[in-house]
Amino acid sequence: MADTSLTMTQSGAPRFHLEEEHHHAEGGSTMLGFWIYLMSDCLIFAILFACYGVLGGNYAAGPSPRDLFDLPLVALNTTMLLFSSITYGFAMLAMEKGAIGRTQGWLAITGLFGAAFLGIELYEFAHLIHEGATPQRSAFLSSFFTLVGTHGLHVTFGIVWLVTLMVQVARRGLIPANRRRLMCLSLFWHFLDVIWIGVFTFVYLMGMLR
Amino acid sequence: MSYVVCRVAALGARTMNQPALFPARAMRAARSGALIGAVVALGALLGGCNAVVLDPAGDVAKQQANLVVISTVLMLLIIVPVMALTVLFAWRYRQSNKEARYEPEWDHSTQLELLIWAAPLLIIICLGAITWTSTHLLDPYRPVSRVAKDQPVPADARPLEVEVVALDWKWLFIYPEYGIATVNELAAPVDRPINFRITSSSVMNSFYIPALAGQIYAMPGMETKLHAVLNKAGNYEGFSANYSGAGFSGMRFRFHGLDDVGFAAWVAKARAEKDRLDRKAYLELERPSENVPVRRFAAVDADLYDAVVNMCVEPGKMCMSEMMAIDAKGGLGKEGIRNVRQLTYDKHARRGAVLAPQPMMVGAVCAPPQPVKQAAAERPAPTGAPLTGAGLPRPGVIGGPPRASADAVVPRANNS
Amino acid sequence: MTVESTMENQYAALSPIFGRLSLESLPLHEPILVATFAAVALGSIALVGALTYFRLWGYLWKEWFTTVDHKRIGIMYMILGLVMLLRGFADAVMMRLQQAMAFNGSEGYLTAHHYDQVFTAHGVIMIFFVAMPFVTGLMNYVVPLQIGARDVSFPYLNNFSFWMTTAGAVLVMFSLFIGEFARTGWLAYPPLSNIGYSPDVGVDYYIWALQIAGVGTLLSGVNLVATIVKMRAPGMSMMKMPVFTWTALCTNVLIVAAFPVLTAVMALLSLDRYVGTNFFTNDFGGSPMMYVNLIWIWGHPEVYILILPLFGVFSEVTSTFTGKRLFGYTSMVYATVVITILSYIVWLHHFFTMGSGASVNSFFGITTMVISIPTGAKLFNWLFTMYRGRIRFELPMMWTVAFMLTFVVGGMTGVLLAVPPADFVLHNSLFLIAHFHNVIIGGVLFGLFAAINYWFPKAFGFRLDPFWGKVSFWAWVVGFWLAFMPLYVLGLMGVTRRMRVFDDPSLQIWFVIAAFGAALIAIGIAAMLVQFAVSYLKRDQLRDTTGDPWNGRTLEWSTSSPPPDYNFAFTPVIHDLDAWYDMKSRGYVRPTGGYRPIHMPKNTGTGVILAALSLGCGFGLVWYIWWLAALSFAGVLAVAIGHSFNYKRDFYIPAETVEKTEDERTRLLAAGA
Repeated sequence: MADTSLTMTQSGAPRFHLEEEHHHAEGGSTMLGFWIYLMSDCLIFAILFACYGVLGGNYAAGPSPRDLFDLPLVALNTTMLLFSSITYGFAMLAMEKGAIGRTQGWLAITGLFGAAFLGIELYEFAHLIHEGATPQRSAFLSSFFTLVGTHGLHVTFGIVWLVTLMVQVARRGLIPANRRRLMCLSLFWHFLDVIWIGVFTFVYLMGMLR
Repeated sequence: MSYVVCRVAALGARTMNQPALFPARAMRAARSGALIGAVVALGALLGGCNAVVLDPAGDVAKQQANLVVISTVLMLLIIVPVMALTVLFAWRYRQSNKEARYEPEWDHSTQLELLIWAAPLLIIICLGAITWTSTHLLDPYRPVSRVAKDQPVPADARPLEVEVVALDWKWLFIYPEYGIATVNELAAPVDRPINFRITSSSVMNSFYIPALAGQIYAMPGMETKLHAVLNKAGNYEGFSANYSGAGFSGMRFRFHGLDDVGFAAWVAKARAEKDRLDRKAYLELERPSENVPVRRFAAVDADLYDAVVNMCVEPGKMCMSEMMAIDAKGGLGKEGIRNVRQLTYDKHARRGAVLAPQPMMVGAVCAPPQPVKQAAAERPAPTGAPLTGAGLPRPGVIGGPPRASADAVVPRANNS
Repeated sequence: MTVESTMENQYAALSPIFGRLSLESLPLHEPILVATFAAVALGSIALVGALTYFRLWGYLWKEWFTTVDHKRIGIMYMILGLVMLLRGFADAVMMRLQQAMAFNGSEGYLTAHHYDQVFTAHGVIMIFFVAMPFVTGLMNYVVPLQIGARDVSFPYLNNFSFWMTTAGAVLVMFSLFIGEFARTGWLAYPPLSNIGYSPDVGVDYYIWALQIAGVGTLLSGVNLVATIVKMRAPGMSMMKMPVFTWTALCTNVLIVAAFPVLTAVMALLSLDRYVGTNFFTNDFGGSPMMYVNLIWIWGHPEVYILILPLFGVFSEVTSTFTGKRLFGYTSMVYATVVITILSYIVWLHHFFTMGSGASVNSFFGITTMVISIPTGAKLFNWLFTMYRGRIRFELPMMWTVAFMLTFVVGGMTGVLLAVPPADFVLHNSLFLIAHFHNVIIGGVLFGLFAAINYWFPKAFGFRLDPFWGKVSFWAWVVGFWLAFMPLYVLGLMGVTRRMRVFDDPSLQIWFVIAAFGAALIAIGIAAMLVQFAVSYLKRDQLRDTTGDPWNGRTLEWSTSSPPPDYNFAFTPVIHDLDAWYDMKSRGYVRPTGGYRPIHMPKNTGTGVILAALSLGCGFGLVWYIWWLAALSFAGVLAVAIGHSFNYKRDFYIPAETVEKTEDERTRLLAAGA
């Protein structure tokens, strides 16, 4: 923006307007805007983590993490999500090369990993609730279900979005608008991965150590 | 100071007699009018009405009042010049005054900028120092060290213990030393330190007697503390200073500052009553009611207040202290899941959440934790028959006598 | 045990179609509400009839409801704020009347059930649906013009944000006639706001109104941050941004960083209320104190979200009407940034009385006081901008001086309340009420009135009538002091807030004075409405043909009044902080040819539809009408996804149209000169 060719005429007199139509690149703010949105979403998770941090030890004379969590299952779950992030990365690489088929393929695999993650999480929840460890049983369980569930809800929306984008890519190809959307979803997907690493460490691993 | 005030007031009076025809003058009139208003209000305040916050009867409140005054004066050091300069500049640099200098490009002065950051900074440094010391000295959790200025608490003085429970919508005061309790009436001997332990049965309230000392929240399942001393006999007002629902306006009580003889008589009056405050009577009393007249109880269950703080007056309910002790040791495991009972009693028309199972409570356990089957068997029959075991005495806490561990485990309400 | 059986069957009675909504939910037994409803219904019928008769629906839909033009959206925000101001102020008058009457054994005229809703609604409406729309509307209107942009970064999102805010406001208004509003105070502290103590729909209305409006606020924050960062005209470095844009940037950063906290807290409270979780309950390990902390982590930045843009307004106004560069621009910017950061580490001063330790309390007390340093610096900067200026006392400047004299008092009492032991005696008292009305009315509202009088000619092409403006000014200023000085006094007499009836007859005189103050403020509001009407009728006399009625200094004054859809025919290039002043003083000649087609976003009705569906969803959730909530939610998803399949969202304004518009302006300017 400090480019003097914009602000001065060739004779060195100040220039007060542009003769040519000034182009803010179409969607030029999208990545920034989406990033800001993600940071605000991050704050929601921060609050949920804080709640878990404060309330996570209040078992109300009920079960503690150690009594409930099935670490191997959660490790499997984590693997699913981490793999989905890697495959999303492959999809982006394919997109850079303009390979629609491969992009779609990797996106589909990402979606399947995501769905597997969700399936395992739902199984875990169902199992806990079946045992009576419901969100109502204690503040610890309330904050646990809410934190993990909010993440799961995000993944669900991510999958809905992913499917939508796959349809759009199929219809219109990798046009700039679709590339931009794929980039946004990429940010979102990796963001959820980072959050999950926090959940896995803070809730599950440290929970077992409590 | 008073000179300035008089000047401004005179100026204001003069301008106010003229119609505010053109804006600059009008502005000035507004300013002066505002100042006059403030001065008049202040005068009326100091003269006529009963500004109990600035002229209290207890040593703690007195120190707090002094702090209010000192802080205000300290800030006026900068507020008054700012207001005066605003008036001055607005008047002097009005458009019609062609004699005043006009420098449209002047927008920076390093000295001035240093000054305008440094001046408030200095005030805040002073105020910050006062804040730090006074907050520690007047911490409501800190026992009072003096009865009044230059009058330390005698070494043999025994503070009056009062346990305060905010109920919907009245105040319960328990005097453990005398074994009595009152509703909506509090009394204390003059010059004897008072230690309040404060809790609430349902929602948040704030315990406040302006004449005695600052307020502190009363919160369910938690205990807050307040230390104070009253220096002047009299009849003062106390109330809840935190909105708590429909009957909030009527949640007030009288606080009697009495001499020792008067206080003894007051205690005797309570002792002469027939009523006794046991758990059953408490559960009755606890139900929501408004504008409740004074009541006195000749005797109180010794462990009642602890049960209230720990939210286990209801029969069969686990005490918070017990629950926290269990949680600190890692909970009761999966066996603990079933250790809940249907909530058969509540103060309000409490309903469970619409998408949740029945409202529940954690059942009291006798250590060690019972196996699942036994715990399940202990759940009440779905017919809604009265609970068995309701009349059992409150079970002890794992690993210690109830009172001691309650003190150890129930936290001071703390945000840090 | 009858209690138990009622508990079991509590929700068995839910109708599958109407949830817990029944005829009994209508407050037919409250004559005040019935009368209000009749008035509102008649008014609405008249309005709808008039719109239909004059065939304005198509115009409104095409030109306003579906617009993505930041200027029109800004104006709609201001109208929303104004309408809700009337509602919020009606609540205020009811409170003042009740408190002035309820002495000597009188219960006043409001039951606790009604009065408790009134003060809750007053707070919620004034903050969320008056101050927030006003501030957002102002930023929406002014920021793109000040930075030389054609629109905001995400014009469609802007429309959606507005309608979500409106949907929240509509949901609150529903609660007036269908069911009831919360009886908890404006921040709805649990346990009182939890299902056990507030089993009715009031708190649910509160939660969902805030959630829906919160989406709008958050997205508009994202939008404006991106706009300011990305869309500035060439040459406008950060330190050449107008102060108002700076304050808008900081405010929107605060919005983005604070509103998610509110969203999360409301979500947790709704989980407690709907699903029976135990975040803020007394039992099962929940912690009500957690809520109080979290809500104030949002709540304190919120007050700076409200005041910062107005600090920007005062800077612009002072500089314009003193005909002088703003004194200490750099320190002004740093002060704003420092306030932004500090506003996050002071939240605990709202509850010193909750039993924190002395060190924690004094830490938060001192951080609070530290905020007064940059704020003080700002005041001095305005003061020294006036110094050696040529002050024109037009209405915006009058409001600014009134602000300076009023706000310092509010600031002083605020610092006083930041001293924890002083707060112990003044917390929750009417002194506190006086304090925050002193800063919110004296700061936010006075600033808004300055801004409205300042930018009105830009938005509508004619100035506001100064006579009625001055009537409004004096009524407001005097009314404010009359209404709130008594509350300071009452606070020092130990009177607490939210009381419905009083014992001590000596207090009554102060409440009566305060009620008179409120009456004066009512005159101020009425005068303002008259001012709008009179100005519209006299619009030809008050016409601004120059686009620069105040001899302004920033870019928005370089365009016509009102600006064309595209704002600037040519993107301006910036050399100086006071860009327009710089252009004027260096003999800038407005180009009159060589126009190019201009790329603009297309209107869309999606925002209206999504907001309407969200409203349906919220209403369904409030009343447990599950099918409505589920259907609406599915509708939101479907419409949002459907909208993403529309790739054609822009168009070009042809060069000929631009030429026609600009030639028209050339003619006007020539006629004026």
